[in-house]
Amino acid sequence: MLRYALKRLGLGIIIVSVAMVMLFAMIYVIPGDPASVALGPRATPEMVQALRSRMGLDQPIWIQFFRFYFSALRGDLGTEVLSGRPVLDVVFEQLPYTLALIAGAISWSVLLGIPLGCIAAVRRGGFVDRVIGVLSVAVIAVPSFVIAIYSLLIFAVALQWLPAIGAGEPGNLASQLKHLALPSLAIGVGWVGYIARMVRASMLETLEASHIRTARAFGLTDRRITYSYALRIAILPTVTLLGVGIGNMVSSAVFAEIVFARPGIGKLVYEAISVRNYPVVTGAVLVTTAFFVVVNALADILIGALDPRVRTSFD
Amino acid sequence: MSEQALIERQPRERIGKAGRVLRRILREPLGAFGLTLVVIVVLSALFADVLTSYPPTKLAPAERFAPASLQHLLGTDHLGRDLFSRVLHGGRIALAIALGATGLSLIGGIVLGLIAGYGPRWLDNLMLLLFDAIKSFPTVMLALTLVTLTGPSLLAVLIVVVLVNVPGYARIIRTQTLVLKSAEHVMAARSMGASTARILTVHILPNVIGPILILASMDIPVVVAIEAGLSFLGLGVRPPLPSWGAILNDGFVNIRDSYWIVVAGGLPIILTTLGFTFLGETLRDVFDPRLKRRE
Repeated sequence: MLRYALKRLGLGIIIVSVAMVMLFAMIYVIPGDPASVALGPRATPEMVQALRSRMGLDQPIWIQFFRFYFSALRGDLGTEVLSGRPVLDVVFEQLPYTLALIAGAISWSVLLGIPLGCIAAVRRGGFVDRVIGVLSVAVIAVPSFVIAIYSLLIFAVALQWLPAIGAGEPGNLASQLKHLALPSLAIGVGWVGYIARMVRASMLETLEASHIRTARAFGLTDRRITYSYALRIAILPTVTLLGVGIGNMVSSAVFAEIVFARPGIGKLVYEAISVRNYPVVTGAVLVTTAFFVVVNALADILIGALDPRVRTSFD
Repeated sequence: MSEQALIERQPRERIGKAGRVLRRILREPLGAFGLTLVVIVVLSALFADVLTSYPPTKLAPAERFAPASLQHLLGTDHLGRDLFSRVLHGGRIALAIALGATGLSLIGGIVLGLIAGYGPRWLDNLMLLLFDAIKSFPTVMLALTLVTLTGPSLLAVLIVVVLVNVPGYARIIRTQTLVLKSAEHVMAARSMGASTARILTVHILPNVIGPILILASMDIPVVVAIEAGLSFLGLGVRPPLPSWGAILNDGFVNIRDSYWIVVAGGLPIILTTLGFTFLGETLRDVFDPRLKRRE
């Protein structure tokens, strides 16, 4: 098990490194000199030169890359071009908002998706099953940013049930949750569909398993078998599904943060790009990518611990 | 190959098969619904000029923010442009990008997948690593970084979609190619001195292309969503070109006073993604029930 975990983590580190090379290459070939862009048209050549050497832009490309790589490993993602604040601080300041958003989305999808999947599996082939099936496909198909804008229009603007803008008063949990409800639902609603389908399928498979037949032979009630024996196994694939889905949710979070004017990583990158604040862009993209890779690895390791068959297939 | 199989290859028989598939799709309520939506979306994009007399970019300051009426079926936006016309013409852009980008991704995925699957082991490993690395960027983050590089344009949208889709397609082609590499008919062809190119195109490609075509058809709504999303962020189609995402953005700014702009921008996205998804799901069940179980 330990060997599997180490291998999986090693793969994660390699992937992040390759991603860093690509990110560096992308930023490097961007037309326009970051230093002169940052200083604006009225900067003197001396000022541009000074900033260039402060940013290390006058060094050969491979030195720039290794400097970028090893300082990133130490957690130093550079400083913001104008304010001079460390990029890592700026990113970590915004990260909790995005994590809260994603946690909210996962809660919605699990709380709604698992029961719906169970009901569909129990009523297999019936009317309820068909309705849940069609709805699941529908919410997966419609892009989350359209759902975000429509839910903003319906629940915040027209009905005024929930607030439309911001993340709520700091320290006031009730207000923060209220502000979280709509954006996290917009991100999570597609995942309700994925999870419902997944739970239904694995539930149907589990109900055929021999230990369930044994339980039935012992005369346990259907309800008991479904919800305490079968469900426990049937929700395992959900962990992998959510692990893979994190990257997707980060994408949706960018839109949700912009639509609901919430602070967060997505809004940070979006705004940094419009003012060409490159260190913030690379830093934020790198942190999210690393986060995504780590979550994926953890989900794999968790599944490996729960289901030994996965471990051997990795070799 | 038996005589029966040869006869079934005849073109007339294939038309018959297409008819059978169509009939099976129409028998499923969801498939019929999806097909209807797709046909409506495609026809309204094709005949946009016939269906509306307003040019999609014509400004009419006197008619700004007009709600839906008989003159303007979906109302007008902040510049007085007719939204119905913009939605129809936006459909052209959405569909053109969806088909073009999916086609390009298919070609890229097939070529890279064949190379990874048939080439040397080290190349295979290297390519898998690259695929995983690309996949590890969340789509929008990748798009944001790329657009910084190229500036907002249709080309940027195209590159993003291809980058996002190619690794998935290539992986599937690669796995199947690996299996077929040691299949008897491939061994036989190789022992008779067939070139690598011939083996790949004649003996492997026809056997691996089926599932990926179905997957690609199911990715069309995803591509529509990516284009609309990037255009909504102002990173895709440039104004004044009509795009559903751009209409959504125009409406989002004025959501408190003029709700109909947002409605006009969102509805075609919802109808198109639903239509293609329902149709794709039905197609998959008709063609390859095995794919269904894998989810």
